[in-house]
Amino acid sequence: MAIVLEMKGITKQFPGVLANDNISLDVREGEIHALVGENGSGKSTLMSILYGLYQADKGEIYVRGKKVDISEPRVAINLKIGMVFQHFMLVEPLTVAENIVLGSELKRGPFLDYDQAVKEVERLSASYGLKIDPHAKIEDLSVGLHQRVEILKALYRGAEILILDEPTAVLTPQEVDDLMEVMRSLRENGTSIIFITHKIREVLAISDRVTVLRRGKKIGTKDTADTNAQDLAEMMVGREVLLRVEKTPAQPKEEVLQVNDLVVKDSRGSIRVNGASLSVRRGEILGIAGVEGNGQTELVEAIAGLMRPQSGQIMLSGKDITNWSPLRIKKAGLGYVPEDRHKRGLVLDYSIADNLILGLHADEPFCGVMGFHSRKAIMDNASKLVEKYDVRPPYPQQRAGALSGGNQQKVVVAREFNQDPELLICSQPTRGVDIGAIEFIHQQVVAQRDRGAAVLLVSAELDEILSLSDRVAVMYNGRIVAVLDREEADEQKLGYLMLGGSLEDYKAGGGNSHVG
Amino acid sequence: MLDRVKKVPVHVIIAPILAVILALIVGSAFVLTVGENPLHAYKVLFQESFGSMRGFATTLQRATPLMFTGLAVAFAYRAGLFNIGAEGQVYIGAFAAAWVGFTFSNLPKLIHLPLAIVAGMLGGAIWAAVPGILKAKLGIHEVINSIMMNYIAYFLTDWLVLGPFAGSSWIPESPRVKASATLTRLMPPTRLTTAIYIALAAGLIVYLILWKTKLGYEIRAVGLNPTAAEYGGISVAKTMVIAMAISGALAGLAGMEQVLGLNNRFIQRFSPDLGFMGIAVALLGKNHPVGIVLAAILFGALQTGAAAMDRLTAVPRELITILQGVIIFFVAAEYLFSRFIKVKGEA
Repeated sequence: MAIVLEMKGITKQFPGVLANDNISLDVREGEIHALVGENGSGKSTLMSILYGLYQADKGEIYVRGKKVDISEPRVAINLKIGMVFQHFMLVEPLTVAENIVLGSELKRGPFLDYDQAVKEVERLSASYGLKIDPHAKIEDLSVGLHQRVEILKALYRGAEILILDEPTAVLTPQEVDDLMEVMRSLRENGTSIIFITHKIREVLAISDRVTVLRRGKKIGTKDTADTNAQDLAEMMVGREVLLRVEKTPAQPKEEVLQVNDLVVKDSRGSIRVNGASLSVRRGEILGIAGVEGNGQTELVEAIAGLMRPQSGQIMLSGKDITNWSPLRIKKAGLGYVPEDRHKRGLVLDYSIADNLILGLHADEPFCGVMGFHSRKAIMDNASKLVEKYDVRPPYPQQRAGALSGGNQQKVVVAREFNQDPELLICSQPTRGVDIGAIEFIHQQVVAQRDRGAAVLLVSAELDEILSLSDRVAVMYNGRIVAVLDREEADEQKLGYLMLGGSLEDYKAGGGNSHVG
Repeated sequence: MLDRVKKVPVHVIIAPILAVILALIVGSAFVLTVGENPLHAYKVLFQESFGSMRGFATTLQRATPLMFTGLAVAFAYRAGLFNIGAEGQVYIGAFAAAWVGFTFSNLPKLIHLPLAIVAGMLGGAIWAAVPGILKAKLGIHEVINSIMMNYIAYFLTDWLVLGPFAGSSWIPESPRVKASATLTRLMPPTRLTTAIYIALAAGLIVYLILWKTKLGYEIRAVGLNPTAAEYGGISVAKTMVIAMAISGALAGLAGMEQVLGLNNRFIQRFSPDLGFMGIAVALLGKNHPVGIVLAAILFGALQTGAAAMDRLTAVPRELITILQGVIIFFVAAEYLFSRFIKVKGEA
């Protein structure tokens, strides 16, 4: 099959993070090419470069053998590259046909030729097997159909190379099946599809080839037929131990956190945590391994009081903190490094100094008479922490949003660790963080453990779990399916459990068979 | 280095100034169409509003209620809320102040006046808290329900001055407020009153609350990143209600000024869109008290000079409306400037 697209040596540097490091990728005509990797691995950046949203610092792109310079999305569209984003861009009150032709309308005089638009949509819909009612209004359709409209929109503009950015993330299982049908039918029509996902099951179900990225680097491209779930999982989360953390054996004491049969629903009402139980002891690090999206986020947010559990119980230092407010839980001894520092951990428009008191802003010594803040106390605190946690540049007045990812994370870590919490939750503590900062943060996590904190670590990086944890819990489908001592855990076993295999099967020799 | 990172971004200051200059240039095209020399027209305009103490006093008097409503809109905006209901809060605040003013008698001014002022604040605060609570508890958008609250305020006060609290004249208005509840005139015969001091103090207090207190920290955090605020233990719902109430109190002060300073009674539908003008003032003033005071003075000056320009030149007073509109247009298109300034800075 002919190669329709080639990206060679793409490199893109963002402040503090090398998002794409010399990545090459080729896509053949009429293939489904899966692009996988955890969040922050560089998939979206790479595709944004292909679609003209970002410019690469280095590297070349060839479309149908010709070198091209994709300076903006219009150029990509002219090259017959289409992209369907995770967040759809449709006009709700307009019909399907109107949305599809929007921006390149068929005109009859100054007016939209609606009948012709409907015919065009019907023709596309028939030839690609994408069933849709052209007269339906967008606001009346499901998310799955919205996505279908977006795909038709790209096809209407002549897309022959279609980028689908995590298309399954927003879909129900039934809708995922429908989407896969659509993708197959597109492939039969000769369309090349770049399918971004981090769900291994989907990769194996539909793709022809798969390229794995990790931390901005390409790990490899394989024919899907020649690989399996475990192989891919290892490529995604990393086999080689990049980072060695110096630590002494744990000396665990009494239990600080106990979670019993916790059930948590997300805002759409689907159950994300389904009867999870675990405990963490003073002086140990419990790592939660698992493929993202198996309920880790919701588990942690429920413990922090930011999501309401449906049922179950959470105990912190012997107190039942279920349904307590986030502030009360914090005061009871929780330190929490959230997985998304932009959404939760920082107010980017606040200075470093002001971010360093978030959650403490109503307390002594920062808040004094009549609710007035003490600038001096805030600045003293900031100068101390900026130095101790090596935040660069070390200017407390600097806007947090102007810092690199690693230094933003150090601000969050400084604030949470400095409170000497009883329980410390670190969720993806080194995501999007440069290597130097990773090492530093890892050392600090171990120091917290040695001080006597109970540490709950959630990470999609198996390396990180294995190098930091004293015990490893595996989360799958909303449950803690296994808890292993560090000595019992290795990549193979964890990879097997992470994909839904059971410990019994693994011990019976199932570790060599396929899962998923 | 510390000074460098602390400095306000250039475009925050330059863009509004540029907007005003550009608006004056665009306005001069209209002046030319009526066959007048723009420089002459503007000279007459600003001579009237800034050229004499008396003119300047009138400018300040016109600016006073706009300072209040501008601060009101900006305060809510800092919490991420668009208080488009300042107009209704002006009316309710005005009526509350008037009611205290005409109901109680034989009170010393030292008690009566502060009481009426506080009533104005409370009226506005309660009126604004309603959409705040609806937003915080039920997620109903504050723009929708604060607009609806405006209409309730119009018709409620219509009824009050036509029915239970009708004054003695044939105009739909309340009884006169007692002398003990009126603001003192600073420079008769101009109608500039001590309300200007209250407005400037309000600007200072807003500044202190927003940037020097725990409450302001929470309000701005909620406005900038509500999910991070929640993570930081801040009750987003409570903070929104408080911010709306304070915003309403500020708008209520504008109504208070109209009643206790200017008209000495509540007149049906008295407001020349003070609440809506507040949006423009806040926008031009970049939601900062200093900017708002200056923007309000500019708008006050335009209004003051309008009559003179109408009288002494061929330019009709409606030019002022055009200027205000064009200023807002250019402020809203600010990103064009910031881009322009940035490109120039890099070159």
